[in-house]
Amino acid sequence: MTEPSAPPRAPAPPALVVTVAPHLAGGGPTTRRMMADVLTGLVPALVMATVVFRWHAVKQVGLCILACLAFEALFAKMRGKRPSLGDLSAAVTGAVLGLSLPWSAPWYVGIVAGGVAVGIGKAVFGGLGQNLFNPAMVGRAFVMIAFPAAMGAGAFLAEPGSSALEVLTQATPLSAAKQAGVAAGFWPLFVGTRNGSLGEVSALACLLGGLYLCLRRTASWEIPAGMLAAVAIVAAAGNALSGPQTPLPMLGLAAWRHLLSGAVLFGAFFIATDPVTSPLTPRGKWIFGAGIGTLIMVIRIFSGYPEGVMFAVLIMNSLVPLIDRWTIPVPVGGPVPRPAAK
Amino acid sequence: MIAGTASAPRGTFARGVHPPGRKHYAADAAIEIPPTPAQVLLPLQQHLGAPAEPVVKNRQVVAWGEVVARGKGFVSASVHSPVPGVVGLLSVATLPNGRHVPAIPVKTEGQLPAGRALWEEIFGGDWPRTGLEAYAPEKIVEAAREAGLVGMGGAAFPTHVKLARNEKRPVDTLVVNGCECEPYLTADYRLMLEAPAAVVSGALLAARASGASRILVAVEDNKPAAAEALRRASEGTPIEVKVLPTKYPMGGERQLVVAALGRTVPTGGLPLDVGVLVSNVGTAAALARAVLRGRPLTHRLVTVSGGGVARSANLLVPIGITYRELVEFCGGLTSSAAVAVAGGPMMGFALGTLEVPVTKGTSGLTVLTAEDVAKAEQTPCIRCGRCVEVCPLGLVPTRMALASRHRDWDLARRYHLAACCECGCCAYVCPAGLPLTQLIRTGKALMPRE
Repeated sequence: MTEPSAPPRAPAPPALVVTVAPHLAGGGPTTRRMMADVLTGLVPALVMATVVFRWHAVKQVGLCILACLAFEALFAKMRGKRPSLGDLSAAVTGAVLGLSLPWSAPWYVGIVAGGVAVGIGKAVFGGLGQNLFNPAMVGRAFVMIAFPAAMGAGAFLAEPGSSALEVLTQATPLSAAKQAGVAAGFWPLFVGTRNGSLGEVSALACLLGGLYLCLRRTASWEIPAGMLAAVAIVAAAGNALSGPQTPLPMLGLAAWRHLLSGAVLFGAFFIATDPVTSPLTPRGKWIFGAGIGTLIMVIRIFSGYPEGVMFAVLIMNSLVPLIDRWTIPVPVGGPVPRPAAK
Repeated sequence: MIAGTASAPRGTFARGVHPPGRKHYAADAAIEIPPTPAQVLLPLQQHLGAPAEPVVKNRQVVAWGEVVARGKGFVSASVHSPVPGVVGLLSVATLPNGRHVPAIPVKTEGQLPAGRALWEEIFGGDWPRTGLEAYAPEKIVEAAREAGLVGMGGAAFPTHVKLARNEKRPVDTLVVNGCECEPYLTADYRLMLEAPAAVVSGALLAARASGASRILVAVEDNKPAAAEALRRASEGTPIEVKVLPTKYPMGGERQLVVAALGRTVPTGGLPLDVGVLVSNVGTAAALARAVLRGRPLTHRLVTVSGGGVARSANLLVPIGITYRELVEFCGGLTSSAAVAVAGGPMMGFALGTLEVPVTKGTSGLTVLTAEDVAKAEQTPCIRCGRCVEVCPLGLVPTRMALASRHRDWDLARRYHLAACCECGCCAYVCPAGLPLTQLIRTGKALMPRE
């Protein structure tokens, strides 16, 4: 506590910038960082897909990513906007799309799907953050209907003897269960030595990547939790109801097989958790996840399709604005009081 | 308890953020006293409520502590000259929040105790812990009003209004707020460390005035030395020192009352609605001085801190000194200075010029570097919900900001826009770099009353 002599004055004070509070930066990851997280989370699934399907997997995923990036740039140019490939959102769409396709889909399927995903799934709504439906699933739904032969259960099967890869001669576990009543074993489902869409084959890989995303808080854990819980509960209820003579073979498939086969885990962690097309509040996320899980089971049990993740996600996407409206949280301290009438 | 809910105190509040504390800049700098400025500029509205009305004329000679403007309304506060000197022509001051308010300049003439003597005069000497029953509650309220006391934590609400007993809403607990949750700021910390006895006396007087039977002093756990100093200074008194976890915005009234007492202040209400009075440690010390020594609020502690200023310090300065003089005393700005904030970096206002007077509510000056404020480029909201995860009031900031941006007041009401406390957590974490807090603040100002 001393009184110093006249302090030296700074020769030319730097210009002060006026900004709005809070002034401190660096409170969280950027959008780009979150998208990069998703790509990182997809790595285990891609690695397992490459182990099982060899170069088919790399080709399919690479093609879809390139297609999505190219269409993103094209549509940005058409809309008179600066292309924003650097935010990596198009790359994420491409990666999720590619990993949701069968190994055998011809090259044009991935490209068409990418174009539809980025164009109709996203650009027409106004670009990043504005779309109602998960872009990758919009693209996949389009090619599923446009090229049924390339996307249906038969597409997964190589003719016996034509491929060096043994798994490619087996039906996907859900098709086998639905059509022939054959249930797959635990280890092929868990590790991934089985047929299916590229990213879905290994439950282990999906769990690894998914847990990473949840720990990074890039994916909201409530969505996969709600979704997996709903699948398990509905499947368990189905098991309890199914008799020996049931006309619905999927009712009898054990709950753990429902969880591990098909795209349930891949969808729970990488598709349903797309922030743009899922609800904002924790309560909304639980409802959204549970809705997807229930719809998946309805489609698996009652429809002609062996799997229903894509349609379940798209249907629940359409309900997100409504869910958001239903789940507006009550502020701490209660709602704002209405001013007394005078 | 008429409104609000109560539960066991959980020691913390839900959500919130953990910004870097950056207290190291000034935490260990003992309080210094800069030379008395040649002139001070005293805004007539440094508080919430009606402006004070001038009671001095041009060229009138005033003594240190003499009233220059009197708060006439109930919710108002008088302004006193912090220096002996000569009154100048009524002029205008621009406050950090951009408001232009009438202000009285006073040119220093005559002697004010300098350096250590000023410290001794204001915070030195003996601060009694006992025998305060001699002061009647009404006398304490009146002394606060005479001294022009306002809340020194930032909101600057006139203290006598808060202290006055209200038959309908009795106060049972006083919470003295020593959280200082804003990064960089350390003035409250230094006060608790260097003059804990004044805080303790003030807390006892405030409790006596308001009728509170329980007294808590809340300190965040990143200031153990302050908690210890208060514990020692309050021995033999009913004061409990409550150490709370460090989390932003712990120092906000609503968060503090939940964390310390488990009581939820109703939206649109005050801590008073749940029987609580919250007062900043600086206000408590100023109340002790007003009541026990009859001295008005003329000086306050401010922190000058950050990478943009040559030397960080905690200063005892007269109200009305300019931010420029504070910076000069601290060696000037560094070449990397980018944003000068009146207050802390989470809720403070950026200054366009440093020729702005320090007011009763000024907690400090934070000078941030370009690196500190390098925000990500603004990108569209991807609805990630991180703002929802951190909002201490449980709101949905991104939707409120959207409603504000489009002037959609129906949507704004549906999302409880008016409940926002503008703490800044949402914008701090936004991955898209959106100015959510500012959009909401604008919306709150523009939204028509129902």
